[in-house]
Amino acid sequence: MSELLLAEAVGFTRSGDLVFDPVDVRLERGKALVIAGPNGSGKTTLLRLLAGILTPACGKLERHGSLAFLGHLAAVKGDLTVRENLEFTVRFCAHPGMPVNQALARVGLAGLGLRPARALSAGQKRRVGLACLLVARREIWLLDEPYASLDDVGGELVDSLLEQHLAGGGAVALSTHQRQPRLNTDPGRLLIRPAARGGE
Amino acid sequence: MWQTIKVGFHKLGSPPIFYRVCQVLSPWLWAGFAVSLVIGLYYALYVVPPDYQQSDSFRILYIHVPSAWQAMAGYLVMSILAVIALVWRIRTTEIMAMSAAPIGAAFTLICLATGSIWGRPMWGTFWAWDARLTSMLILLFIYLGIMGLYAAFEDKRKGARVACILILVGLVNIPIIHFSVEWWTTLHQGRGISFVGESTMDASMKPPLIWMIVATKLLFTAALLDRSRNELIEQDRRKGWIRQKLGASV
Amino acid sequence: MFKSLLALLRRDLRLAIRHGGESLMPLLFLFAVLILVPLGVGPGPNLLSAIAPGMVWVAALLASLLALEGLFRPDLEDGTLEQWWTAPAPVGLLVTTRLFSHWLITGLPVILFAPLAAQMLYLPDHALPVLMLTLVIGTPILSLIGGLASALTLGTKRGSVLLSILIFPLVVPVLIFATGAVSAVADGLSPQAHLGLLTSLLILAVVLAPLATTAALKLNVE
Repeated sequence: MSELLLAEAVGFTRSGDLVFDPVDVRLERGKALVIAGPNGSGKTTLLRLLAGILTPACGKLERHGSLAFLGHLAAVKGDLTVRENLEFTVRFCAHPGMPVNQALARVGLAGLGLRPARALSAGQKRRVGLACLLVARREIWLLDEPYASLDDVGGELVDSLLEQHLAGGGAVALSTHQRQPRLNTDPGRLLIRPAARGGE
Repeated sequence: MWQTIKVGFHKLGSPPIFYRVCQVLSPWLWAGFAVSLVIGLYYALYVVPPDYQQSDSFRILYIHVPSAWQAMAGYLVMSILAVIALVWRIRTTEIMAMSAAPIGAAFTLICLATGSIWGRPMWGTFWAWDARLTSMLILLFIYLGIMGLYAAFEDKRKGARVACILILVGLVNIPIIHFSVEWWTTLHQGRGISFVGESTMDASMKPPLIWMIVATKLLFTAALLDRSRNELIEQDRRKGWIRQKLGASV
Repeated sequence: MFKSLLALLRRDLRLAIRHGGESLMPLLFLFAVLILVPLGVGPGPNLLSAIAPGMVWVAALLASLLALEGLFRPDLEDGTLEQWWTAPAPVGLLVTTRLFSHWLITGLPVILFAPLAAQMLYLPDHALPVLMLTLVIGTPILSLIGGLASALTLGTKRGSVLLSILIFPLVVPVLIFATGAVSAVADGLSPQAHLGLLTSLLILAVVLAPLATTAALKLNVE
């Protein structure tokens, strides 16, 4: 099956109002999807819905594969070392991927493995988040603003990781409002609009 | 038949219709409450003869007992509303469940206050670790916990849903708490003071009790509808439909 | 799936050890209470041995309350909590695992030091095994109830006062049955009925509390 994730007319309500107009999402092997929309239009909400963190208020959601979600919080424990954080991810997600040292080198954190995660800069924490994607093998990547707090080199790193993941038969959905991913094949685009509010 | 009930239910879930229903029912409920209260109090204070042991002080039971019942019945009503709110995500039932808590808490407080006022001549002290009083005190804390939890959330919708979970947790726990407290007082009876039961009640004492029970039921329902309507106005004050309603009625 | 649970347990315990001092606080607190009581009510052995079961239990309760603020909140703030919904294990089991580690950190030390506490309060020697047994059955219930309350208050700004108000009514039966069992033995009666009831409370809590906790967490993560 080429579809890893299929959503039909999913929407989410907050305080009784729809956050965005319900959308269809289709993630296929080897394909990327960029979720676009103005600030506050619900890009993060949609990604969290697809990840299963939120329950859709309407529509249907099917998933046929393991999933990784990288939110705007890095999901890193500051009191553990970088290495310990990655080792936890390996065990927690059950399907080991790239060895920890190799993943650290890949994201440009070689030699920082023993540093406590709280001592890292925002950009370095982002890179730990990227390394987490590598050390455990998961088919669907849902990335919320993966380019945030990264420099140009970091942006290129994200692009090359995406390319590698897609080539390996994975699927990606990501939101971004600054840099657009530069990939060999153009990613699909999904524009979401905030729902009309007020009135009855 | 089933379809009609379902449609009716969904209509009640719509805030404007719910608002209208509350508005229509509320005066009737208040009137019913006033009538049954007057009848009940007349019987309770004039018709029923004084008790040969407790003289007139027993008359407080006409407030104490119905309040105690309503404190518990109110919790049950609130739990049913909470189940509906959590399962079907109907907003008006969330609001109703949240509006029920302070009313239930008020009845619990009345029950505790009248209990201890009554206890003063009976036991010689305002507070005794009697099983029923202790259970009521704990019930009051459960009510306060629900109100506090709801109030602590900025997102009222989320707060209501979280508090509904607490309501159901309380529902499971109240019988257990009640049983454990009874067990605890029977074990410590040597040190405590036991309550005088109501089983020796004379037949002439019953009609006013029934009137007062009806009165508390009506009071609860009337207050519930009014509070829910106010909460709805508060939450939806920026929405078109509520402005229309208020504009028309002012 | 078990791998995930084990991974979570290992990391939680590692974090607890790394916080060393903080993790020992509940135990220190327990002893602070136990030292203050004789200072407050007087050192008379009769009075102390009568209130010993109650004191140990109240102290255990307060100790378990202390660690609740850190049960889910740090995970909510650093984003690790939302990862639970993408994990290969059901969230309910992850919740149970987290509560188990809470019990290992707050409940188990209290059980281990209960004999010392019992000595300090002149609890009759033959009542000690029952006190230990009630702690073994009862402290997991405290963790389960505490976890539920801390999940409910997770979305509020400062939950700690609210937390204690929510927990107090729910732990009343635990306190009554546990101290009742110890008092019964001290008075030469059988504690069987109390222990049976306490065990049923534990079963009920193990079955229902993680469900309610998961539902509350989900609402607060949203």
